[in-house]
Parts: sequence; structure tokens; C-alpha cells
Amino acid sequence: MLRLLHLSKVFNRGTVNEKVALDDLSLELKDGDFATIVGSNGAGKSTMFNAIAGSFFVDRGMIELDGQDITFIPEHVRSRFIGRLFQDPLMGTAPHMTIEENLAVAYLRASTRRHDVFSRVTKKEKGLFREQLALLHMGLEDRMKNPVGLLSGGQRQALTLLMATVVTPKLLLLDEHTAALDPATAEKVLDLTKKIVKERNITCLMVTHNMSQALELGNRTLMMSGGRVVFSAEGEEREGMTVDDLLEKFTQGSGSALDNDRILLSTEQGI
Amino acid sequence: MNFLTPQIVQTALEVGLIYGLVALSLFISFSILDICDLSTDGCYTLGCAVGAVVTIAGHPVLALFASVAAGICSGYVTALLQTKFGVQSILAGIIVNTGLYTINLAVMGFSSNLPIFGTDTVFTLVKGISKAAWWQEWSSLVFLALLLMLIVLFIKWFLGTRLGLSIRATGDSPAMVRASSINPQFTVTVGLCFANAMTGLAGSLIGQYNKTSDINLGTGMVTIALASLIIGETISRKSGNMLWRISCVILGSCLYRFIISIALRLKVPTEAFKLVSAVIVAIACAAPAAKDQIALQRKKAAAMREHRKMSEEEAK
Ligand SMILES: Nc1ncnc2c1ncn2[C@@H]1O[C@H](COP(=O)(O)OP(=O)(O)OP(=O)(O)O)[C@@H](O)[C@H]1O
Ligand SMILES: [Mg+2]
Repeated sequence: MLRLLHLSKVFNRGTVNEKVALDDLSLELKDGDFATIVGSNGAGKSTMFNAIAGSFFVDRGMIELDGQDITFIPEHVRSRFIGRLFQDPLMGTAPHMTIEENLAVAYLRASTRRHDVFSRVTKKEKGLFREQLALLHMGLEDRMKNPVGLLSGGQRQALTLLMATVVTPKLLLLDEHTAALDPATAEKVLDLTKKIVKERNITCLMVTHNMSQALELGNRTLMMSGGRVVFSAEGEEREGMTVDDLLEKFTQGSGSALDNDRILLSTEQGI
Repeated sequence: MNFLTPQIVQTALEVGLIYGLVALSLFISFSILDICDLSTDGCYTLGCAVGAVVTIAGHPVLALFASVAAGICSGYVTALLQTKFGVQSILAGIIVNTGLYTINLAVMGFSSNLPIFGTDTVFTLVKGISKAAWWQEWSSLVFLALLLMLIVLFIKWFLGTRLGLSIRATGDSPAMVRASSINPQFTVTVGLCFANAMTGLAGSLIGQYNKTSDINLGTGMVTIALASLIIGETISRKSGNMLWRISCVILGSCLYRFIISIALRLKVPTEAFKLVSAVIVAIACAAPAAKDQIALQRKKAAAMREHRKMSEEEAK
């Protein structure tokens, strides 16, 4: 499904700020895989997502999605089949446009014909948007004409999730998409994510700083450090793992002490 | 009513409508796309110069289309510099604006002034439709009002299409656009071409209206248009109703012309005009905040009275 082969990316090459963000990173996901990713700050998780989504072209290596080499395909073309959520709930939506207009923009992915650019959102599509919004159980289906800027962070993130999946993507990238939400809302958005990913069998990568979440969700756990994947667990090995095991791997793998209080915090809290 | 004769009102409205086109242009580039396009001055003159040349050749209607085409070309170059070559938007506008000066001179046959005489303009054509006295007087205004109405409706329609929505999203949330299947380079290009098409059209109209084209015609146009736009956006308070919001931009432009006419009537020396403009813009920008301030002061005063009463009762 997704193959990353020897990806390298160096920021500010040749300057004092030179930073190897991706270091010969390789990773393979099977169709329908749901992998969680942990790693300390600056490990390169977001950078890997940016590389997959096409925010920049990598210096070296190959990215293959569904058998197609997409290494040099521009971002807006890739986003036809890659859905994406950011940590900041304000990033995924346009605040001054209505809920309906935001969904319409997201739904552009579905249109393949060029002349569609001058068409308007149809009644049928509006009905579809309503239906999908109702699934969120947030009452948004009755606020379709409201600007998105009036919604709460959690509502916006749920809407972003809907926008990313309104046309089923081949791959869904979730970059700590619940980190900025309060626990109850975070759980709701997470449940929704699980449901959508499962129902439509979407291949999914999810960054989290919550160790127990990393083990519970999905069928694979990856650990990143220094711009590479240093550890990967699935199947039985993963089932037998506890949070403590993972933390130990973390210290070994990254070779750094656990000075990341976000991780400590999230393990203490449990969920 | 000696102070504001119908004549003055009429002229203010007519010019206000033409300038309103430039304000609409900035509405697209500045308000919708969030891009500061400083090529407006040059593009306006370009529209005027191209329009004048074609009008003198005897094709006043074709002149409008020629100016639109010229505006699109200018907008395309500005967009190209920004999207493909990564030039900052302000810089791209300045570069194009500078280059246009020479191009405009060349269009006008390297003379700084090109009078239009002995030939029809769209305004004389429209005037010739009927001999009725009221038509002779008001034809230009009616023509411009109809034209502007059409354009406003077109913009409203356009912003509701998928392409229009993509353009709005490009200016509203770059991150979202990156995550959608929109090519921001394409939407920026379309938006700037559209905006500059309207600037070019405005130039063409003003040339035929004044029956002359001047190389310095556009100087300061971007400030005037920005002032009109801000007045308009202040009136509409960026309301969600697009049609109202777009109409307010034109309203802002007419209001601006009114204020200038009044200043003229008050015999404000022409040297002081720039200052008057600046003051108008400042007032328009500050109005919403000032209103909030006043409301807050009122609320505070009322609350203070209430609090005093409360503590007095408490003391009893
Ligand atoms: N555009 C950029 N220019 C320069 N350096 C960058 C850029 N983007 C990322 N980096 C650097 O690359 C490294 C990896 O960053 P990245 O954002 O991928 O970390 P992360 O694993 O997502 O961390 P976090 O958990 O804090 O989100 C960091 O050292 C960062 O400073
Ligand atoms: Mg990150």
C-alpha cells in the first residue's frame, strides 16, 4: 500500500542550522493497516507526514502509494487520495466560510472532470453533507450556513475529519489530531476516527504522545527517533507489550533519557 | 440645495461607480485572496491607455474588451512572479507596476497624454439611444449602474462555484488548501487575472469618460480603491451575505467620491487632498473599534452605577 524507501530530508543544508530531519527512513504499510507512531519532539514524525503528503520533495528516496510512484507528484494532486489532519484544529478548515462551503471544497476531490469548476454545490450533495454531519452527533447539520470560525476546536476537528474522509482517501495521516482538545472531546473525535477508519478500511498513520493509546489503537506501533523508524511492533509481539515495555524501548531506541514530559504525563493519565 | 447640486451628485456617482470597479478588484485580491496587489496603479493606466488607443481607432466597445484583456495579462504576470518564481506578493506588484509605466507610455505612442476626440465613446453611444431630455442627462449613470450591477451579480455567482470557493479557501486557510485537492498556484492566478481584468475595465471607462488618457492617471489609485474597499467593508461588517458585502464595496466607493466632492465644494485646496484621503481611510478603519470602545464605556458607566447601588444596599 504505502512504501517509503530510504527517504532523506535535510533542512537548511550547508548552513549552521543544518538539520537532518529524515535519515534514510524506510517503512512499509499493508492495505488497511492502522499504525500508531510515537517519538520524542523533533523525531521527524511531522516531517515524515509532510514528505508523504508532498509539502516538500524529499532529497533522496522513493514514496510509493498503491503501486504508484508519487515521489514527485505535487501536493494538491496527492491530496486527492491522501487525507490529513493537523494538531491545530484551526488549520484544517477555512474560518470565514460556512460549514457547507468547507465541505464543498473538500468534496472537490470527488470531481474528476475539468468543467466541474464552474458548477455549484448541488441539492444532492448538500443532502450528503447533512447526512455525514449528522453522524457526528454535534448538531452541526442544522448549522450548515454558519461560518466555521464560530465552532469550537473539537467541532472544527470533527469537521476536518469529515472533510478529510468525505471522499474516502487511500491513506489518512493524523498528526496528534486530538492533542489540543479537552479529554472528553478528544475521546469523541478519536471514537469517530476509529469508526470511520474501520468502516471504510482506510490505511492510516497516527502520531500520538499517549503510550497506551499507541498500543491500543490500530494493529501496529512504530517508534521514531532521529528521523528514522527505530522500532516497529505488530501481531503477537505488540499484544504482549505493556506501556512500560514501550517506554523502555523508547529509552533504548532514542538513546535519550525520558525528558519528554508530555509522554510521562500521558502515561500517568492512562488514557 | 446650492451646496450639493444634482450635477455634483451625479458626477460623484458616475466616477464612484467606475472607481468601484477598482475597489472590487481589490476586494478579490486583498479581501478574498489575502494578497496585496500593488500593480493596481499601473494596470489602471494600462486599461486606460489600451482603451484610448482602440477607441481612437473607432471601436469604443471593443476598447472595453481590449482593456479587460490587457488587465488579465498584467494580472497573469503578477501571479506568475508570485506562484512560479516565489517573488513576494508586494514585491511582484511593485515590479509589474514599474514595468507597466514604460509599457503604458509605449501603448500611448510615447506621449504622456492621449486625448480622445472626434470619435464615439461608449458614453456617447449610450446617450444616442434616445433623444429624451432625462436620458440625455442620466444615460451615463444608468449605463454604469447597469454594468456594475451585472458585474456584482457575476462576482456573486462566481464565488459560489467550485472554482470561486477554492479561491476563497486559498485566501482563508492556506493549510486547508494544502490538504484539499486545490492547486493554490492556479487559484491565485485566476483570482489575480480576474481582479486585474476589472481594474483594466475601470481604466478603459474612465478614459472614455474623461475623453483622455494620461500616463499619471493611476497614481495613488491603489490608496483610493483601498479606502473605498475599507469603507465598504466597514459598512457591511464583512457580513456573511456575499451579495450585500460586494454591493457595499461599490457603496463605499461612491461614498468616498461624495466626501471628496464635499471637500471640493468646501474649497479644500487640492494640495490637501491626499491628507483628506488619508483621514477618511483612517476614520473608516478606526470606526468599528471606536464604536466598540464607546459601547464598552457606556456599559462600564452603567455597571459602575449598579455596583455603587449594590454596595450601598449591602452597607445598610
Ligand atoms: N521547515 C523546516 N525547516 C527547518 N527545520 C525543520 C523544518 N521542519 C522541521 N524541521 C526540523 O526537523 C526536525 C523534525 O521536526 P518534526 O516537526 O518532524 O518533529 P516531530 O517529530 O513532529 O516533533 P513533535 O512531536 O514536536 O511534533 C526538528 O528538529 C525540526 O526543527
Ligand atoms: Mg509534529
